[in-house]
Amino acid sequence: MTAAVEFHAVSRHFGTVKAVDGVDLTIAEGSFFAMLGPSGSGKTTCLRLISGFEKPTGGQIRIFGEDVSNTPPHLRNVNTVFQDYALFPHMNVRDNVAYGLMVKGMGRAERYRKAEEMLALVKLDSYGDRKPAQLSGGQRQRVALARALVNEPRVLLLDEPLGALDLKLREAMQDELKALQKRLGLTFVFVTHDQHEALSMADSLAVFNEGRIAQIGTPQDIYDRPATRFVADFVGSSNVLPPEMTRALGGPAEWASLRPEATRLAASGPISGQVTALRYLGSGTRVVLDANGTEIAALVPAGQTVPAEGDMTAIAFEPGALHLMKGA
Amino acid sequence: MTSRATLPSRGLADQLTGLFWRRPGLLLLLLITPPLLWLGVVYLGSLAALLLQSFYSIDEFSGVVKEEFTLKTYGELFRAQNLDIILRTVLMAATVTLACAVLAFPIAYFAARYARGPWKAAFYLGVMLPLWSSYLVKVYAWKLILAKEGIVTWAAEGTGTGFLIDGLLSIPGLEGASLSTSPFGTFLVFVYIWLPYMILPMQAALERVPNSMLEASADLGATQSQTFWTVILPLALPGVIAGSIFTFSLTLGDYIIPQIVGDSARFIGLAVYQLQGTAGNTPLAAAFAVVPILIMLVYLTLAKRAGAFDAL
Repeated sequence: MTAAVEFHAVSRHFGTVKAVDGVDLTIAEGSFFAMLGPSGSGKTTCLRLISGFEKPTGGQIRIFGEDVSNTPPHLRNVNTVFQDYALFPHMNVRDNVAYGLMVKGMGRAERYRKAEEMLALVKLDSYGDRKPAQLSGGQRQRVALARALVNEPRVLLLDEPLGALDLKLREAMQDELKALQKRLGLTFVFVTHDQHEALSMADSLAVFNEGRIAQIGTPQDIYDRPATRFVADFVGSSNVLPPEMTRALGGPAEWASLRPEATRLAASGPISGQVTALRYLGSGTRVVLDANGTEIAALVPAGQTVPAEGDMTAIAFEPGALHLMKGA
Repeated sequence: MTSRATLPSRGLADQLTGLFWRRPGLLLLLLITPPLLWLGVVYLGSLAALLLQSFYSIDEFSGVVKEEFTLKTYGELFRAQNLDIILRTVLMAATVTLACAVLAFPIAYFAARYARGPWKAAFYLGVMLPLWSSYLVKVYAWKLILAKEGIVTWAAEGTGTGFLIDGLLSIPGLEGASLSTSPFGTFLVFVYIWLPYMILPMQAALERVPNSMLEASADLGATQSQTFWTVILPLALPGVIAGSIFTFSLTLGDYIIPQIVGDSARFIGLAVYQLQGTAGNTPLAAAFAVVPILIMLVYLTLAKRAGAFDAL
């Protein structure tokens, strides 16, 4: 498979701040790739390095094999859906969508026809004459998508595109984006700080921390086999067990992760402690206990008995649920 | 002890705040009545008086104002000499505005998009500082700078570029013994004096254009000049128009600069000043004063038609 985007030891330093520091990355053509991380982890800078709004201070970036080090944004065949959508307020929806074609010199009739096609694709057929200010957040999001896609980019970049939408709409848009990506067979690169979004949408994802990639892999890899404590903690709030605890449980003296949903409460088990907090989640209850100073959470599915705060309880799990990490 | 759900009133301030909370319209009324009175009576009232005066005429022999409705005074505006004044003024105002816009844009752009911290402070100081000193001092300073013995001519001769000034001064319409007696001198001083009034609204407008808008344009394949013409300029246009209203109307009404710098040709402001003062022809002065108002109305209507305020 061809690589749509390749990073070779790419860095972007701002003075002493290492926003991106020696990142190696390969994004396969036609994949839905997510860049996940907390704010300031370098994921957005990586996206801007692909679009050309940031220049790397070290390393090399290739898009479909071409070195783009000296290619300005407007000559890169990639398009971006911006976080704030960045629709032009003085143009109507049709002119917004047709903008990319207009600046490339396409005639009015032709570009309006293509713009209408794109608007139909994002289900905004009859909205061409409206101004962006007359649209809802979800509609603006679709216009931004149509405006990017009409240029037939080789790679579509999405910078936290769903961040401004409410939960219900966000979930609907997630499904739609995924379906659109499958239908078009395009490479989507998606930046988000929402682990659920990244896990549910991406074919593969990179978890960023402090300008570096902490782990890269499929959602299953990352969720089930986190490489570092950071990944275990950030993706799906896993339990992180210190080396001495792992050894006490019969493993080597290494850091390990244990998913709350892989555990069950039991009268006696390898881990026991006092319940310090309960959080009702609807589909279940997250029970946190203090096991000799380490906080361990277990997920009790709805319908089962939940202990009260201050009760002593124990946690049991299958031996395979304990995942050893490489340290750090 | 159980505490009360409400707190006791501490006096007049609490009672007033309560009153305004119950009747929000009252506060608004109190706040806007004085400025509305000012605007309504002092400003619009005098404007109405001006308009009224312009429909009177002057008795040619006695010089007494006849308080009868007539369009005769407006007819006088169309005499060759008066039409000349109007055309000269409008042409000057238009070129000054254009020059201010061209000069102000890069400065405003820099201030809005690049200047941070101390650079921003330096920008505001640089733009505002000239406004702190007396207008007359600045105009006289320019007269000296542009005079035949002034620094500009001296520098031009020293560098062997005197022919440029001579060439400029031989262009028909710009003739003069030196820059300070040429209409070009008048133009230069107008541009200098009004420039801050163009920069500030432009900068405010440009600051409201989010960076992502410019990035989106580049992302969609636009060159920088395409981005300028299709995104930056349309979005900054309300600011440009606001600035041009200042420079245009200030030039239309000014009567001091053309008296001090230039070839003493009359401008609308100067004509009003002389007709009102020396000649005692208040009706014609009033009619002259209505001209800039009409011009501005036409200008704003055209700007609105062209979509200059769509981005507001």
